[in-house]
This record gives sequence, C-alpha cells and structure tokens, in this order.
Amino acid sequence: MERTSIALTVNGVRHERKVEPRRLLSDFLREDLGLTGTHVGCEHGVCGACTVLLDGDSARSCLTFAVQCDGASVRTVEGLGEIGALHPLQESFRRHHALQCGFCTPGMLMTALDLLAKYPLATDEEIRAGLSGNLCRCTGYANIVAAVREAAAARGDDRP
Amino acid sequence: MKPPAFEYVAAESVEEATARLAEYGDDARPIAGGQSLVPMMNFRLVSPAVLVDIRRIAPPDAIGEADGHVRIGALTRHRALETSPLIRDRFPVLAAAMTHVAHLAIRNRGTIGGSLCHADPAAELPAMAVLLDARIHVARRNGERIVEAGAFFEGALWTALEDGEIVTRIDFPLLPPGTGWGFREFARRHGDFALAGAAATVTGSAGRAAEVRIALFGVGETPVRAAAAEALLTGTGFEPDAVAAAIDALRNAVDPDDDLHASADYRRHLAGILAGRALGDAWARAGGGAA
Ligand SMILES: Cc1cc2nc3c(=O)[nH]c(=O)nc-3n(C[C@H](O)[C@H](O)[C@H](O)COP(=O)(O)OP(=O)(O)OC[C@H]3O[C@@H](n4cnc5c(N)ncnc54)[C@H](O)[C@@H]3O)c2cc1C
Ligand code: FES
Ligand code: FES
Repeated sequence: MERTSIALTVNGVRHERKVEPRRLLSDFLREDLGLTGTHVGCEHGVCGACTVLLDGDSARSCLTFAVQCDGASVRTVEGLGEIGALHPLQESFRRHHALQCGFCTPGMLMTALDLLAKYPLATDEEIRAGLSGNLCRCTGYANIVAAVREAAAARGDDRP
Repeated sequence: MKPPAFEYVAAESVEEATARLAEYGDDARPIAGGQSLVPMMNFRLVSPAVLVDIRRIAPPDAIGEADGHVRIGALTRHRALETSPLIRDRFPVLAAAMTHVAHLAIRNRGTIGGSLCHADPAAELPAMAVLLDARIHVARRNGERIVEAGAFFEGALWTALEDGEIVTRIDFPLLPPGTGWGFREFARRHGDFALAGAAATVTGSAGRAAEVRIALFGVGETPVRAAAAEALLTGTGFEPDAVAAAIDALRNAVDPDDDLHASADYRRHLAGILAGRALGDAWARAGGGAA
C-alpha cells in the first residue's frame, strides 16, 4: 500500500514521516516515534489506555489514523512531566497512590487533563462519570477519583 | 486488532466527497469522526478498500437556526452539541440526551452525521432524530434529497442511504413554545450504550395534551416512535388510567432481542418504566397541561 507523508507536532517536537494509511495513531506514536507511554489495551475505544490530546482535546489514538493527523498537534503522557519534575496531576496521582501497575495511568492522566479543562468536577459522581471510559484493573478507582478531586480543587478559576 | 489496508483520500468539499465516492463505488466508505467505523475496521468487521475522509467538508460546530428549524451540519461533533447554548435553549431534550453519549474523548471526535449513518439501535442521536421529526439532507454526485428521520433507519446499522450518498445536514423543526420534554435511559455504566431508553415531548393546551411524542431506543432494530401510545395520550389530561394504557400499548408494540446484556423481557419492562418517567417529566415541564 502506498505510503503517505505526514508532518505533525508531538509534545512540541515536529516529526515528518511516511505512513501507511492504516497506521493507527497509537502505533505511530509507539512504533514509529518510540513513545511507548501511550498504552494499547483494547483497540476499539472502550478501555481508554491509548487516550492522548489531539489539538488540545482528548481522543482515542486507537480510533484515529496517523494520516488524519497531518498538521495536528499531539500531546502524550511523555509531554506532561518527568521524574523529578512531575506535572501537578501526576504528583497528585503519586500522592494518592492512584496507580498500581500503571497500565491505565497514561490514559487516565490525559483524560483527566481534558476533564479538568472542560467540566466543573464539583462532585465525585461527576468525576466518576468523566472517568467512566477508562478502565483500571488494579486500583478500584477510589484513589484515582481522590487524585482528580484534589487536582480539581487546586485548579483555581482559570477554566473556560 | 489492526485494520486491513486501505487507500486514504481526504475530501475538501461535498462535491469532492461525493465525486470520489461515486468513482470508487461500494468499495469506498466515508469516514467522519471514525468513532464507530475504526472499531469495526480494527475488528475487521468491515474492510473498505478506500476511505474518503469527509471531516473537512463542513465545520465541526455548524449549529444554526433558520426558517423555523435548527440546522446542524453533519460533521458537527457530539461535544459541540453538548455545549451549544442554542441546542440547550431550543431542544433541551437533545442537550439532555448528549450527556449520555459515550465518553468525552469519543464526543470530542464523533459526529452527528456519523451517529445517524452508523444507526446503532441503542444510540441516542438517531432516537432524537426520530422523536423530533428531523429532516436529513443527503447529497450524492449531481444531486440531493431529503429523507425524513422516520424513513431513514431501516434496520440495525442499516439506513436508507444508497452507495455514494452522504448526509450533509440535519434540520430539526422547532417545537411549539411551552413544549415539555423528558429523557430517560438505563445503561450499566455511564457513557455505555443504553440497554433501553425513552424520550418524550408533550405540548399542552388548557390542561390537555395537544401533542405527544414518544421515541424508544435499544428495544428493536431501529429507534421507533410509539405511535399507538402517542394516540392514546393525545387529548387526555394524563390521567393515571390513560398513562397506564399508553404504557401497555407501548410495551406490546416493541420487539426487543435477548442478548448478553439483557433479556427481551427485561428490555420490554425497562421500555415501559423509562417511557413512563420520560412522559411524566414531559407533562410536568409542559406545565401539567396548563394553558
Ligand atoms: C467506547 C464507545 C462508546 C460509545 N458510546 C456511545 C453511546 O453511548 N451512544 C452513542 O450514540 N454512541 C456511542 N458511541 C458511538 C459514537 O457516538 C460515534 O461517534 C458515532 O456513532 C459515529 O460518529 P463518527 O463521526 O465517529 O462516525 P464514523 O465512525 O466516522 O462513521 C460511522 C459510519 O457512518 C458513515 N458516515 C459517517 N458520516 C457520514 C456522513 N456524513 N454521510 C454518510 N455516511 C457517513 C461511515 O461510513 C460509517 O459507516 C460510542 C463509541 C465508542 C467507541
Ligand atoms: S486501546 Fe484505545 S481505547 Fe482501548
Ligand atoms: S493501575 Fe493497573 S490498570 Fe490501573
């Protein structure tokens, strides 16, 4: 199959690559760019592990083709923080033990970032509804909810 | 799994999209948000030879009012519907339905046109189109037509669209002032497809229901209007006997399937409960029929 040239920005770095049209964004990030922080669980949109920010909005990278991202700006978990300089949301996850094996964590973080930008998250019910598209097999969710609750409270009033 | 190989074409206009689709015939499929098509491709349930990307043929947030209708561009994303002040004001029932559609990451990408054309029996937007008598604008190479929502859904994942046709716009006729509404669905987990759902509108006049509409979803191959129940309630004051008779009629009219998630009997039971609650909400919001 013919390969198509695409150019996109991932975590602020511009990349130009040739991809097969069927290349999923998730595989593009992991295999072509070596950014394995974005995890792949189900490949049909239900587990949330592959969630990234695409032009600022959360999106399933397993339901997006890399060719559709020509010109786009992508943010993955690698673009959040790093060891020693965690993003405040990562810090909150760490403090609340909101992860065990860590498989779901990148998707949880990218989803929570978008939720924090778009919703009041005034109640645990609202936080749980917002996270309902992200599965975690380890934690039982309570600590993830607690971490997001703290991040929501710390957010201040700069939301749109 | 990984999707099978295909050729990718990005169309910039309705004309280009329909020309490309005509050129490739039934080997080609349009892709909008990809939130239903890509899962099916990843499962290899469908394997189009060509994908015609139609995302750029219209803006992702085309919601406007004209000639007594709210007009929504087919590429309008779920998230735009969820947050639109115009929708909240003119069609609060649709705004309420949007809070049940999938998860934020899906709503950020999924489109109203894609949802209607995918035609999942349990999806909210097809049910809204049927409830609100939406008019679905369809384009093909060198032509266009309008399909009434009531004639659009032909079966599970099956619509009146012919090969090479795309939906471009959906028009929702405005409701009379003071129309009450109700929306209820039951899903195992927030954002999942509903096991069953019901939506209703009631327009009251002097203590009577002048017009009643009820749409049910998740209880058959397509969303349906409960015509017999609507007729039984029209002209009544929503007396308990009248409501009970309408719920009975509606339960008898639906023909749900058994599946992994629920039995047919349970779905029929839910349809009655949810329709009863949606009707109650609609009647109350219509002022209990007060003039
Ligand atoms: C985990 C998950 C949960 C979900 N939960 C829900 C839910 O609770 N309720 C719900 O309603 N939906 C749900 N969805 C589906 C979601 O709403 C989809 O976004 C929507 O059904 C399809 O829209 P799309 O733009 O992504 O369409 P696509 O996936 O791009 O296309 C879907 C189909 O429609 C065709 N098509 C698309 N646009 C057009 C057009 N303009 N003209 C002609 N044909 C067209 C395509 O060829 C394809 O066959 C869920 C999806 C996922 C992955
Ligand atoms: S891998 Fe994308 S949602 Fe599960
Ligand atoms: S921490 Fe293991 S899946 Fe969530």
